[in-house]
Amino acid sequence: MTDKEKAKAYWKENIRYVLILMFIWFIVSFGAGILLKDALNSFKIRGFKLGFWFAQQGSMYVFVVLIFVYVRLMNKLDKKYGYDA
Amino acid sequence: MVMMHSLLAEGIGVQNWTYILVGITFTLYIGIAIWSRAGSTKEFYVAGGGVSPLANGMATAADWMSAASFISMAGIISFAGYDGAVYLMGWTGGYVLLALLLAPYLRKFGKFTVPDFIGDRYYSNTARFVGVICALLVSFTYVAGQMRGVGLVFSRFLEVDINTGVIVGMLIVLFYAVLGGMKGITYTQVAQYCVLIFAFMVPAIFISIQMTGNPIPQLGFGSTLADGSGTYLLDKLDGLSTDLGFAEYTEGSKSMVDVFAITLALMVGTAGLPHVIVRFFTVKRVKDARKSAGIALLLIVILYTTAPAVAVFARTNMIETVSNKSYAEVPVWFKKWETTGLITFTDKNNDGHIQYVADKSKNELVVDNDIMVLANPEIANLPDWVIALVAAGALAAALSTAAGLLLVISASVSHDLIKKIINPNISEKNELAAARLSAVVAVCVAGYFGINPPGFVAATVALAFGLAAASFFPAIILGIFYKKMNKEGAIAGMVVGITAMLLYMVKYRLGWFDDVLPDKSEWWFGISPEGFGTIAMLLNFIVSIVIMRFTPDPPQEVQDIVENIRIPSGAGDATH
Repeated sequence: MTDKEKAKAYWKENIRYVLILMFIWFIVSFGAGILLKDALNSFKIRGFKLGFWFAQQGSMYVFVVLIFVYVRLMNKLDKKYGYDA
Repeated sequence: MVMMHSLLAEGIGVQNWTYILVGITFTLYIGIAIWSRAGSTKEFYVAGGGVSPLANGMATAADWMSAASFISMAGIISFAGYDGAVYLMGWTGGYVLLALLLAPYLRKFGKFTVPDFIGDRYYSNTARFVGVICALLVSFTYVAGQMRGVGLVFSRFLEVDINTGVIVGMLIVLFYAVLGGMKGITYTQVAQYCVLIFAFMVPAIFISIQMTGNPIPQLGFGSTLADGSGTYLLDKLDGLSTDLGFAEYTEGSKSMVDVFAITLALMVGTAGLPHVIVRFFTVKRVKDARKSAGIALLLIVILYTTAPAVAVFARTNMIETVSNKSYAEVPVWFKKWETTGLITFTDKNNDGHIQYVADKSKNELVVDNDIMVLANPEIANLPDWVIALVAAGALAAALSTAAGLLLVISASVSHDLIKKIINPNISEKNELAAARLSAVVAVCVAGYFGINPPGFVAATVALAFGLAAASFFPAIILGIFYKKMNKEGAIAGMVVGITAMLLYMVKYRLGWFDDVLPDKSEWWFGISPEGFGTIAMLLNFIVSIVIMRFTPDPPQEVQDIVENIRIPSGAGDATH
């Protein structure tokens, strides 16, 4: 692989990770917390209506997890392509 | 010995506790500033570029959480109920965008400021200049609110004049921002994060135990009440709210499209705020930029997931303490806050009781948002030192954000304007002097607005996000992910985006174009000015891409730079 091909392949894998994680980002916040809120509110975990919980708690926990997952994935990817120097 | 004895007997008192805690924390900040003062422009702008991801994460969190997050947010949520989620999701979700789409690439690019990136990526001093204007506009609207927050805390807790409070705050910020630059600010912010998070969590934990028996507020507000009734706290609050004629707490009253638009505008705005982005220029490697975004968000989310719990505790407590109670028998805190004008009671039906209801013609009680956090410990009868701690925490939040913003302003002037546009031959020493001087000027301007707040400041702080979303976010994203994006497209996009946002804000929030403020029903697509950043951002993207199609491609060396920033290795030091 030339340097250019390598850079291209790396970028492609990175974009794939980003798209998958951004999809989850959208689902938990705009999906569960806003668009589907009313439907989810018919379910309850303890005192929380589920849609309300996603909007005021759950989405934020998922955001944190998403970033750390990305950090891990990218550290591995950097190693794989030798970009971790 | 006698004095000790009387002190112990009477307790130290809220005010003395406040002097003690504020005194200790201020001494700490000044001490750190002296220890970490900046000797070069690189230290002044990006703290020398060697900040560890943990320290940078803490500093980012303190920088980010302003007086608005600390004092106002829980209060706003407690009145808005479900709708408050726009701030919670909006002000945290932006960090996902930062970590995945911006921070790593901007760090690799290796510049000092956001306009620096715009100017170099779009090979144009016009673009740089537009960037400087946007950065100044966003930062000034934001910083005035912080100074006001400092003044408010001083006046309430230390019973000094609000203007004296602003001036004391100005002197402190001036001291460590001018002396230490980014380096001083970074390490004071680390200390300020610790102070503010401790100050926010302690009362929250106390109250959670009181009301639900659960020491973790995030779980507490979904638990049953501690009174043994078996009722869930949220069900009870929903019931109380509807009894008084308000919308159900967990339902809210904004339209779905507006909730969607505001949340997106705040997320994108967060990712486009220069004082947040610039923090990622201070770490050593690209992987550190990603990691510190994660740490920053984790530290922010600790406060942000607690705030909605505090909102529920405070709202329930307040309704139970005052609703339909005799005015003659209200607790001391009520009278105390009445004197500040943040609580007002008018006995409309002259029955001597407080009617707190949704119907405006019958409602007798007006409570300012900000009280919910500031008075919460008093409402819940917590010890004096906890009440004083809240004051120290609020000051830490306001000062850390103000300092971060002032640095952006001073760097925009001394680096982007003077060094890059007006006088490229300026020496390092003179540039550093110019940076310090512009910080002094910026503090004075911010202080002026803090003392004489123009009516529009409060209304525009939330809109700073709209401005950032409408200008920087698309230009940076396209600059990284779209190699062919050229200067013509980016400049046109930024100008159109920020102009659209300003016009909509002036028309529908300030009402300057009409005799009366236009009604909600006239909003485009039902979207409020706070949410219009989303539309302005889309407009920016569309204009940029259309103009780009009809104008020449960027030079090959610029396209090569874009390919280069996509690869994390070999991130050198930030350079001129």
